[in-house]
Amino acid sequence: MFDYLANPTRFRAITAVIFPVAVAVTVAALLYGLYLAFFASPADYQQGETVRIMYIHVPAAWMALLAYLAMAVAAIFYLVWRHPLADIGARAMAVPGASFALITLLTGSFWGRPMWGTWWVWDARLTSMLILFFLYLGYIALADGFERPERGSKPASLLLVVGVINLPIIKFSVDWWNTLHQGSSVLRFGGPSIDPAMLLPLLVMALAMLGWFISVSILRMNTLLAQRRLNVLEIREQSPQRGKV
Amino acid sequence: MEIILTDLSPKMRRGIGILLILAALGLAAMLVLSALRDHVVFFYGPSDIRAKAGHSQIVRLGGLVVEDSIQKDPDGIRFQVTDQITSIEVRYSGILPDLFREGQGVITEGRLDGDVFRADNVLAKHDETYMPAEVADLLKEQGVWKGQE
Repeated sequence: MFDYLANPTRFRAITAVIFPVAVAVTVAALLYGLYLAFFASPADYQQGETVRIMYIHVPAAWMALLAYLAMAVAAIFYLVWRHPLADIGARAMAVPGASFALITLLTGSFWGRPMWGTWWVWDARLTSMLILFFLYLGYIALADGFERPERGSKPASLLLVVGVINLPIIKFSVDWWNTLHQGSSVLRFGGPSIDPAMLLPLLVMALAMLGWFISVSILRMNTLLAQRRLNVLEIREQSPQRGKV
Repeated sequence: MEIILTDLSPKMRRGIGILLILAALGLAAMLVLSALRDHVVFFYGPSDIRAKAGHSQIVRLGGLVVEDSIQKDPDGIRFQVTDQITSIEVRYSGILPDLFREGQGVITEGRLDGDVFRADNVLAKHDETYMPAEVADLLKEQGVWKGQE
């Protein structure tokens, strides 16, 4: 199946079908999700209206983890099977993934100030999330740090694989250690501890962010593919004896 | 071993290499985290704090604010923090977070001074339960309320 998808022409044909669907899902879920989050969902019994930050913060955090996991899987496909398309996939997902991590940190800070009484503390959850953001930045810098982009692919992919160890640490930090950050409300043993009226906007916003992530990643993959082709054409033009176009 | 490895295809070798990297990393992370256990902890409960905190060392004390324990003095506020086993008196003067109230989780940063804890900073900690105010009122009315007041 992976060999089947690894053909760039076939990839473009398949994503040409997925892309409009993903965009449609994003627009619909975002409009409905924002309506639910800001107007149709109740205020929290303890936190009042401030709880609405959750509808951005939590889905963004899920996506930051999911995007990193997807990049690491792509990196393994690149390192083992040497599919250039897997490398391009990881590169394409890096900036959207980093944006999700940054959104998580910023909205968390805005939420922490009124509720906890602080913008930032160095507890295990906040610190491991900051490390995830730095891993994204490190990957982007390493992958793009060479004159010929292909040379950065291997070290950058290895960095992704190494960084996977941070994902379970982020997820379980609130269970393993005393933290200021509260435990998980949705993905936890014993079912969600969040009222259905607040769970629905959370899930709809997560769908919107997933749709956005898929759309942007497809766009960026096609851009990177076009860029690679352009590079090849330029090299051939500079040294016409090497091959015929 | 070498004969076996050279018999494998390059793909298999790279795959095994990545599996080995992941296994080694997982082991290393587990060892580091278990060695750091005491330092990664963000706060101690009232039962642990005496053992963990040296004299006049800055530490964080976390727990629930005991019901009916908040007293306001001219020079600040005093309240008891409990982990349901022991409790400790906290003295503090400064701005309190909105969520600070009796029964609420708090984390205070400061020094242990004899039997009392002198806090320089008080943070509120809330749990992972989210519900509309009406639902919370209903649960309290029916007497099945399990959360914080």
